[in-house]
Amino acid sequence: MTALPQTTEKKLGLVIDLDTCVGCHACVINCKEWNTSNYGAPLSDMDAYGEKPVGTFLNRVHTYEVKQPGRTAQTVHFPKSCLHCEAAPCVTVCPTGASYKRVEDGIVLVNESDCIGCGLCAWACPYGAREMDRAEGVMKKCTLCVDRIYNDNIPEIDRIPACVRTCPAGARHFGDFADPDSHVSRLSAARGGMELMPEQATRPVNRYLPPRPKTDITGDGKIDLLAPYLDDLPTETGGFLGWLDKALERF
Amino acid sequence: MHPAPSVIIFTALSGLGFGLLFFLGFGFPEPRGWTAFGYFFVAYALGVGGLLASTLHLGNPQRAAKAFRQWRTSWLSREGVAAVATLLVMAVYAIGLIFFDHALPLFGWLGGLLALLTVFTTSKIYNQLKTVPRWNLPLTPVLFFAYALAGGALLAGQAMLAAVLLLLLSALQWAGWQLGDKAFANAGHSIETATGLGELGKVRQLEGPHSGTNYLLQELVHVVGRKHAQKLRLIAIVTLGLIPAALLLFLPVGQFVLLIALASHLIGLFISRWLFFAEAEHVVGLYYDLR
Amino acid sequence: MPHPKNGSIVRDKDCTMPAFDQPALDTSPEVSDEIRKTTCYMCACRCGINVHLKNGRVKYIEGNRDHPVNQGVLCAKGSAGIMQHYAPSRLNAPMKRIGPRGSGEFQEITWDEAFQIAEGWLRPIRETAPEKLAFFTGRDQSQSLTSWWAQAFGTPNYAAHGGFCSVNMAAAGIYTMGGAFWEFGAPDWDRTRLFMIFGVAEDHDSNPIKIGLGKLKANGAKVIGVNPIRSGYNAVADEWVGITPGTDGLFILALIHELLRAGKVDLEYLLRYTNAPFLVNGDDKSPEHGLFLRDADGKPLVLDRKSGKPAAFDKKGIRPDLAGSYRHAGISHRPVFQQLAEKYLSDEYTPEAVAERCGILPERIKRIAAELAKVAFDEEIVIDQPWTDWKGEKHRQMIGRPVAFHAMRGISAHSNGFQTCRALHVLQILLGSVEVPGGFRFKPPYPKPVEAHPKPHMGVTPGQPLNGPHLGFVQGPDDLLVRKDGTAARIDKAFTWENPMSAHGLMHMVISNAHAGDPYRIDTLFMYMANMSWNSSMNTSGVMEMLTDKREDGEYVIPHIIYSDAYSSEMVAFADLILPDTTYLERHDCISLLDRPISEPEAVADSIRWPVVEPDRPGHAGVRGFQSALIQLGSRLGLPGMVNEDGSPRYKDYADYIQNHERRPGIGPLAGFRGKDGMGKGRGEPNPDQIKAYIDNGGFWLDHIPPEARFFKPWNMDYQDWAVERGLYDAPQPYLFNLYVEPMQKFRLAAEGHGEHQPPEHLRQQVRAAMDPLPIWWPPFEGDLIDTKEYPLHALTQRPMAMYHSWGSQNAWLRQIHGTNPLFVSGEIWQQHEFAKGDWARVTSHHGEIIVPVVKMEALNAKTMWTWNAIGKRAGAWALDEKAPEANKGFLLNNLIHELLPPKGDGLRWSNSDPITGQAAWFDLRVRIEKTNVPKGLQSQPHASPQHSPVGRGPKNLTYGDKF
Ligand SMILES: Nc1nc2c(c(=O)[nH]1)N[C@H]1C(S)=C(S)[C@@H](COP(=O)(O)OP(=O)(O)OC[C@H]3O[C@@H](n4cnc5c(=O)[nH]c(N)nc54)[C@H](O)[C@@H]3O)O[C@H]1N2
Ligand SMILES: Nc1nc2c(c(=O)[nH]1)N[C@H]1C(S)=C(S)[C@@H](COP(=O)(O)OP(=O)(O)OC[C@H]3O[C@@H](n4cnc5c(=O)[nH]c(N)nc54)[C@H](O)[C@@H]3O)O[C@H]1N2
Ligand code: SF4
Ligand code: SF4
Ligand code: SF4
Ligand code: SF4
Ligand code: SF4
Ligand SMILES: [Mo]
Repeated sequence: MTALPQTTEKKLGLVIDLDTCVGCHACVINCKEWNTSNYGAPLSDMDAYGEKPVGTFLNRVHTYEVKQPGRTAQTVHFPKSCLHCEAAPCVTVCPTGASYKRVEDGIVLVNESDCIGCGLCAWACPYGAREMDRAEGVMKKCTLCVDRIYNDNIPEIDRIPACVRTCPAGARHFGDFADPDSHVSRLSAARGGMELMPEQATRPVNRYLPPRPKTDITGDGKIDLLAPYLDDLPTETGGFLGWLDKALERF
Repeated sequence: MHPAPSVIIFTALSGLGFGLLFFLGFGFPEPRGWTAFGYFFVAYALGVGGLLASTLHLGNPQRAAKAFRQWRTSWLSREGVAAVATLLVMAVYAIGLIFFDHALPLFGWLGGLLALLTVFTTSKIYNQLKTVPRWNLPLTPVLFFAYALAGGALLAGQAMLAAVLLLLLSALQWAGWQLGDKAFANAGHSIETATGLGELGKVRQLEGPHSGTNYLLQELVHVVGRKHAQKLRLIAIVTLGLIPAALLLFLPVGQFVLLIALASHLIGLFISRWLFFAEAEHVVGLYYDLR
Repeated sequence: MPHPKNGSIVRDKDCTMPAFDQPALDTSPEVSDEIRKTTCYMCACRCGINVHLKNGRVKYIEGNRDHPVNQGVLCAKGSAGIMQHYAPSRLNAPMKRIGPRGSGEFQEITWDEAFQIAEGWLRPIRETAPEKLAFFTGRDQSQSLTSWWAQAFGTPNYAAHGGFCSVNMAAAGIYTMGGAFWEFGAPDWDRTRLFMIFGVAEDHDSNPIKIGLGKLKANGAKVIGVNPIRSGYNAVADEWVGITPGTDGLFILALIHELLRAGKVDLEYLLRYTNAPFLVNGDDKSPEHGLFLRDADGKPLVLDRKSGKPAAFDKKGIRPDLAGSYRHAGISHRPVFQQLAEKYLSDEYTPEAVAERCGILPERIKRIAAELAKVAFDEEIVIDQPWTDWKGEKHRQMIGRPVAFHAMRGISAHSNGFQTCRALHVLQILLGSVEVPGGFRFKPPYPKPVEAHPKPHMGVTPGQPLNGPHLGFVQGPDDLLVRKDGTAARIDKAFTWENPMSAHGLMHMVISNAHAGDPYRIDTLFMYMANMSWNSSMNTSGVMEMLTDKREDGEYVIPHIIYSDAYSSEMVAFADLILPDTTYLERHDCISLLDRPISEPEAVADSIRWPVVEPDRPGHAGVRGFQSALIQLGSRLGLPGMVNEDGSPRYKDYADYIQNHERRPGIGPLAGFRGKDGMGKGRGEPNPDQIKAYIDNGGFWLDHIPPEARFFKPWNMDYQDWAVERGLYDAPQPYLFNLYVEPMQKFRLAAEGHGEHQPPEHLRQQVRAAMDPLPIWWPPFEGDLIDTKEYPLHALTQRPMAMYHSWGSQNAWLRQIHGTNPLFVSGEIWQQHEFAKGDWARVTSHHGEIIVPVVKMEALNAKTMWTWNAIGKRAGAWALDEKAPEANKGFLLNNLIHELLPPKGDGLRWSNSDPITGQAAWFDLRVRIEKTNVPKGLQSQPHASPQHSPVGRGPKNLTYGDKF
């Protein structure tokens, strides 16, 4: 149904830690792998071995460079999938009702058997989280692995999204943001979890943890030399051998 | 946005068609018999043709009927409903004129208003998208009305009215471009807000998520050179409104002049629609550092 | 039309949402019919995988949570395994070449015919001149089998790819501390507080490093990345040191300078566990100058602080002195540590002295040294775990220094790499952070003293096996493989004066030496799993010419080439006979303790692969696991160990070998589930159900090291005894770390004219200079030989995390991520050359030029440019379209790198390698760059001619999940 629920019982989503993501694309490919043979139509690849391969992916990793004048530039890997927005514009634009947000957990899904492939939802999404599958003509998007997280056929510990389970660096976390005590809520609170493009007023559920401040020395010239630390200079107290001699006496 | 021929054709033609229906509905003109058939044929061909063209854009056109379901929330759905309602109501009116030499003004007026409503719903499909700041301006529906009415008047043979509307349209379109050019910046979107990394400095893409392309880039990201766009705008404004208006104002109006004016208008219309899409920047381009 | 799968609407299942009209979903679909657990081989990390099968096809691959390597996670390549396994580029049958070499024109043949051809070439060589076979293996994990086979054949010409990979790292580690980074050890990720990582983009331990970094991040530990390029691990590092390529040795020695200056070294650790107190012969006239003073039993002497007299280092109750010196016959003999301190305290190594060359501010070097010291000594960790050392001394606690280091090819793939790696190990040791809590730890079977490794052998007898293992660790000039006439015994000239300690051989020199007939001509080049005509060679176009070059009589200069690949790679086109391998899901393999095992610092482990799906190539002769094919070829040739007394094959196939072969009594390829009852750990008779036991256990075997044996392994008697029980050694072999590597001094002495074995004159100076027993630094050779004004810049490659060398490009998913590779150039270069988005550049080295697309990167050493490794492909390879972006726009930096250095003053061209180990100096490359016109069709240059695809082309579109 195209209307958005007023509230959802849970707000399931991801925390993505930009301080930890090494940009390995593991989440991208495991998502592709899981979703090509589970929920809905396979994620196709057109011209797969050809000149212009282009396939459907539900999660992609960008790489940015951030630079402040006078400081060392920084590289940030930036994974992006659907943010399961609370005010999801992709849902309300859908003419068929194929796009909907689940009341029980807030997951935004496409009911592929209703989707006419008009593409309007992809136009409405600010984040580029929806991709039309070229083979099937239906809109694909991150399902938050709805077919894993409640799946009785999967061991309990594995009832998490494929991308989270596979992330080697542990940069992705899954949980319920409606519960202020959940792991994801606490992480996000502690590390200043951010919304992407807040000015779009989509109220994304997913949060991004910003990179922690880096030690940079080309910038302000202020260097904590830990000066006292290397002050105890053996070379000035009876020469290195003298120091060594005294140090050895201590054993 | 990718200037897909299907959407350009759809919006351009259906706008003309519904514009014409509006005038027909209000009796400007109020033809009868074969003439009426002619008028309505053109109007329906444009309206329905446009709608059909838009289905070319669909991944699963065979399910198109499902698109009527969400009229409560979706402008696309509303457009479908409004268009069909217009076509049905106007059909009654048209049948009256063609076969019974009889006008049913109530149906005409209702149909005419519905035609306008349809144009409005079409405009809202684009106008509602916050993701495309250039479209997300109050002027967008106004422009759609202006296009439909000016084109409709021209088709309806209302020369003087058309001339005035065409000049108005030119002015509005020019204003639209000027406002549109600032819309993206005014909306406050930047690669920094998109990534949330602004606190750390100026952001630029180092590597995209893949070396090739993807649906989003093909569909939503289209970069037009500024100079190229300026040239096209000029041509569009001249052919869209100035030439036809001049023809209508300064030459004795006849079939031939109308036809030339129409041809010129169509050229301008298609160029301007191409620009409407091609120049529309979707915020997703920010993630790819493509603007 | 609704798609007939789950995910379309199923209106059943606890739909509790009547209030809101939304479809009910089947949220519990069946995932698969069966899970088979095996080992990934999309790279050499060897993670455990759960392969989900549905309708007999591979549906989903995920990480095995119980597996020690990956603990459930899986990288991009691992997840793309399906696309690898079903790649259209898979070979289908043995093939013999019918077109000219390099053309890719082949005819499929039967296995029988393939074996006949191979036998036809190999039998006569073995009977007359076994060295005419050169057998080299690439990205391989069965070196214990392949080396055994080569030894049985009798050729001295065998090695795997370590020589061009990271032998500097391996050899420096083993000579210094009896173990190496690479994948043979790991930081104590749970306890480390400060982690420094040098020159690593990805490494073999791909997933473990990422898991570890994740832990450090979660624990709030600090990560310092030292790398000219800030990507990947360096992007997440809390501090990035954008060092100038090739100068890490200087940087590290300056850190050592600072630590020594401040007295921040772990003296107790040095006294107990290292050769710091060993007395060094100070008599510079003596033929033993610089060697250790030894007692009559040959034991090194230390100065006893109590008695002031020299005593055997391991004598009970002595307290070695570091500060004193032993004066005898008018000559002072000083301990290693004094020499070391004197050397590094000199002005040569002050931060100020090195700063400019390294591109690092002196203040920063000082601060990092201080941070290391602070964390090491102020944040000491104590574990209340008693243990006993090799002298029988009992310790109540385990005391650790939570600074850990890791490094890989960024420091080792330079011509000064061995000494740089040594310098890093010396730094670790001075901080007392090896094999302690919070530091760096070895994975069994390491630690293992260098003396416990074999020495290299060259004893060739026609028709007989080689007289010992090919590769090993030389202890001095006596161990070199130089023939009586002074020429090299091996085709790659390993273990010669040019590179005496070339423990892994020099695979990158094989083709060029064979082509030059220097030191001799060979008849058959037999290669396995190495794309030698393409990305694994320097000077790619040159190598392709060498492989196709003919003698005057029309015969190829390298007469026969046998190659085993699983896919239609570039190298396939250059072989005469192809032995098609299976994919990793279709074969038996063993990841053995005799090879490069998967152990963890706290556990010994090994694992297998097994055919989770059967190899099927309908309509073709089919493929065979290479190891099985090799064993079958060996038994046809009647190689010792591969046939029974009656001449019948000893092993049916590799699986049979894995279970039944014994290296030493009770020790076989797999350590787990040994003995008839399957209870044997490490030792025990062969178990006929061993593979089954592995399969039942998830594809691996793991045995935890007892808590009292988990640290201080080289000196921990509990560990030593446990290692003997597990068959890792036959007797305890505690040893000390070598701050000072005595064997190197032996080479130096020879260069100074001492001893029977003498280097040729033109190498004397190099040997003397390079073989310093304490780490030193010299400028990378290439930079030293060219005019740096003409080639002012550095060019590097990095491993992309989502690609494995050349073989990822056939993967429909991965190739979308890295289908082309731009050349990233620094902001400074970008500005200087006024590059703009979309520009192309010509990059020139002393050897060649390439024309490639450029992209700006600010977070990059100002004098450096780089690209992703091995993305460029030859058109027609890998079953890709000839217009594939990899073949058109993608490029190899290898075209700029030569296997030989530019000519020296003497006109000689030396190998572009480390003078100690022969490690290929990939990263010494110096270049210049200039803007050029965007080429037609966006085609990079050089552009190799297309090869014919013997397997056709892949299908147009893929909808893999259709099958389920
Ligand atoms: N410029 C530059 N060049 C480099 C390096 C660098 O850093 N920079 N690094 C060097 C290093 S360290 C290395 S290790 C080399 C690696 O280079 P290569 O050893 O050439 O590695 P791959 O490209 O992976 O090629 C291995 C071959 O094995 C084949 N293969 C894959 N799976 C199987 C299988 O299951 N069975 C068999 N029989 N064959 C299989 C592949 O198809 C491929 O042809 O590259 C070297 N080249
Ligand atoms: N995904 C993936 N994993 C792989 C492979 C693969 O192809 N793909 N290949 C495997 C193989 S064969 C190997 S050998 C390993 C190699 O693994 P790595 O050792 O990580 O090898 P490279 O990718 O060559 O990375 C070398 C790094 O050193 C840096 N570097 C270069 N010169 C210098 C220098 O002078 N100083 C410092 N400090 N840094 C420098 C480069 O910027 C780069 O980051 O990876 C293995 N793992
Ligand atoms: S991220 Fe995009 S697709 Fe996902 S809910 Fe928000 S708007 Fe919709
Ligand atoms: S593409 Fe499908 S899901 Fe998206 S708006 Fe159109 S019908 Fe709805
Ligand atoms: S939650 Fe599932 S569908 Fe969404 S990105 Fe992760 S793996 Fe893909
Ligand atoms: S798997 Fe984890 S570390 Fe790798 S790209 Fe995805 S989020 Fe980043
Ligand atoms: S690191 Fe990736 S490719 Fe390598 S073995 Fe592990 S999962 Fe496989
Ligand atoms: Mo390697």
